[in-house]
Amino acid sequence: MSVRYIDEFRDGTLARTLAERIRTEARPERRYHLMEFCGGHTHAIFRYGVPDLLPENVRLIHGPGCPVCVLPIPRVAHALQLALDHRVVLCTYADLLRVPGPERETLLKAKAGGGDVRMVYSASDALAIARAAPDRQVVFFAIGFETTTPPTAVVLKQAKALGLANFTVHCNHVLTPPALAGLLDSPDAQVPGALPLDGFIGPAHVSAVIGSRPFEPHVERYRRPLVIAGFEPLDVMQAILMLIRQLNEGRCQVENEYTRVVTRDGNVKAQALMAEVFELRERFEWRGLGELPASALRIREKYAGFDAERRFTLADTHATDNKACECPDVLRGLKQPTECKLFATVCRPDNPIGACMVSSEGACAAYYTFGRARERRHVPA
Amino acid sequence: MTAIKRAYPRPLDLKTGRVDLSHGSGGRAMAQLIEELFETHFDNPWLAQRNDQACFAVDAGRMVMTTDGFVISPLFFPGGDIGSLAVHGTINDVAMAGARPLYLAVGMILEEGFPLGELALIVRSMADAAKAAGVAIVTGDTKVVERGKGDGVFITTTGVGVVPPGVEISATRARPGDAVLLSGSIGDHGVAVLSKRESLSFETELLSDSAALHGLVAAMVEAVPGIHAMRDPTRGGLAALLNEIARESRVGIVVREDAIPVSTPVRGACELLGLDPLYVANEGKLAAFCAPEDAGRLLAAMRAHPLGREAAIIGEVIDDPDGFVQMHTSFGGNRIVDWLAGEQLPRIC
Repeated sequence: MSVRYIDEFRDGTLARTLAERIRTEARPERRYHLMEFCGGHTHAIFRYGVPDLLPENVRLIHGPGCPVCVLPIPRVAHALQLALDHRVVLCTYADLLRVPGPERETLLKAKAGGGDVRMVYSASDALAIARAAPDRQVVFFAIGFETTTPPTAVVLKQAKALGLANFTVHCNHVLTPPALAGLLDSPDAQVPGALPLDGFIGPAHVSAVIGSRPFEPHVERYRRPLVIAGFEPLDVMQAILMLIRQLNEGRCQVENEYTRVVTRDGNVKAQALMAEVFELRERFEWRGLGELPASALRIREKYAGFDAERRFTLADTHATDNKACECPDVLRGLKQPTECKLFATVCRPDNPIGACMVSSEGACAAYYTFGRARERRHVPA
Repeated sequence: MTAIKRAYPRPLDLKTGRVDLSHGSGGRAMAQLIEELFETHFDNPWLAQRNDQACFAVDAGRMVMTTDGFVISPLFFPGGDIGSLAVHGTINDVAMAGARPLYLAVGMILEEGFPLGELALIVRSMADAAKAAGVAIVTGDTKVVERGKGDGVFITTTGVGVVPPGVEISATRARPGDAVLLSGSIGDHGVAVLSKRESLSFETELLSDSAALHGLVAAMVEAVPGIHAMRDPTRGGLAALLNEIARESRVGIVVREDAIPVSTPVRGACELLGLDPLYVANEGKLAAFCAPEDAGRLLAAMRAHPLGREAAIIGEVIDDPDGFVQMHTSFGGNRIVDWLAGEQLPRIC
């Protein structure tokens, strides 16, 4: 039974045709190590079995583009403090509930322990909860890349217009282009050939908001081609073919496979909204990548009254990730999930240790859930 | 009867009345609730004897017994309610052994303040479901908990049934080479319930597939008495079922995505919510494992029954010490169909 506008992008016959073309055009003597930046791509790649359709020398490396995965422990600690110490109604997206904070505490456990943690599907759900419960402090714990940022801006404006005294936002919105730069600026990337990344599959929904233009300086500077692709498996296959062609021809450009949604300038209205409500943080910690300059947003002074970080006293914890965790190298494409000692032994989707295992879009979680049969060295008991 | 009824000054107020603590106290209010609601609707000779247990004769042979708790929210959903679900769920658990369900027992935990009118709807729905299935609710229990200590109504049902001679169905008996059959489309119940959740409500014409499967099972067992394994994919969906059978039988399973029926509304809703239909609950479907030479006959028997019209052979059992469940995707690749980690949560981007 078909679902319009979706099945067209998952067609098996077209996939085989594209796979054939990729096999023909990929030169056997060279390697094509392509990073899909977004968790959405990682998910699609595994869910539809894209790697099975690619030749050996075309390898997909799973990047840091899962907003839940890259949220550092001190920020999760803030969420826990808000729920447990400040006794607020903490509203957030479901992905976050299982992310481990300090001492493996999670919001799911905090909820079981009496914290009022609510799973919402949109920022406006959180606002509705605040309006319905004027006697409770309601905090929307905002996470996500440029995709989920405009809706957060909208509710901040609405809260201000309504003069809501019991609603604030804890802002953890992060930016895609600085993360891309951070990845390529890392020490490994300075050694020629050390960072095995030949090109990027660029984000889909993020690019719908910011457009393709912000990626141009990075492609220029780091000499790696980037093709923006939709989240359907045929989009991914088409982008892979486009990257192979760029690499074969020695080109290095930003190309757009996702023309049905993405333009060069993006959604100008959404950008203006974001600029009005948010400003750049000087630096922000990313789980697995460390501190990256100008890579995240905070709430502007004009909306200070709706900023949970200003309203509530929140302690900064200095918990660190497990030392054996190879997430930093997995995120940079230096290691495969299976090369980590923790993978599928102690670190599993039901007991995530590192960033890449916490959300279904994380590289390790996707590999664990969908790809393990391919690699049978690490099988759980 | 007339003399007893006169003991209550007024009949139960189903319009505005609410459950209060006296309905569980063992006094007259409780007797009235049982008499006017449960006995009236469930209406059978065992219950009418008003013993603390039901006494019945059974044929010689093997019996099955099962119990299940129902705590669903919302209590009423498109295509059913907690009452019909509590009857179907337990009948199905009995039937998955190839057994013919005979009797049900029911335990109701009511929260103080719950509207009597809604309780009457639930009890009527249980009675209708049991009657349609030809299974009597022969004994029961009612408790009332204080407001805030329950979620309206919790129901536990226990069922017994008899297994026909020669039938031996168990989750441990799937063998490499076995065909995997599914009785119909997946995900309908879970999506129908989700559509009515307060935080989510969306418009759909979809109904829960909640149904008693023992009629279908009887037809299947008659066609192929040697069915190896059978289970209904409730919580955790088809994915959990396949992983359970793989684990219990120590085998691997390979299914084909394009053979698994999923209705358009379910696919649409799952797309929107970021859910995978493989993990969404069903209440009126089953999967069966049988020897490859029996598969054609079993499929024909399933398709001839109204609850198995869409039945399909979706895959096969393979030898695999790792017990992986794999799926050939319609796209042309392969993926693992793993256990769910925690609850299936929607993705944000």
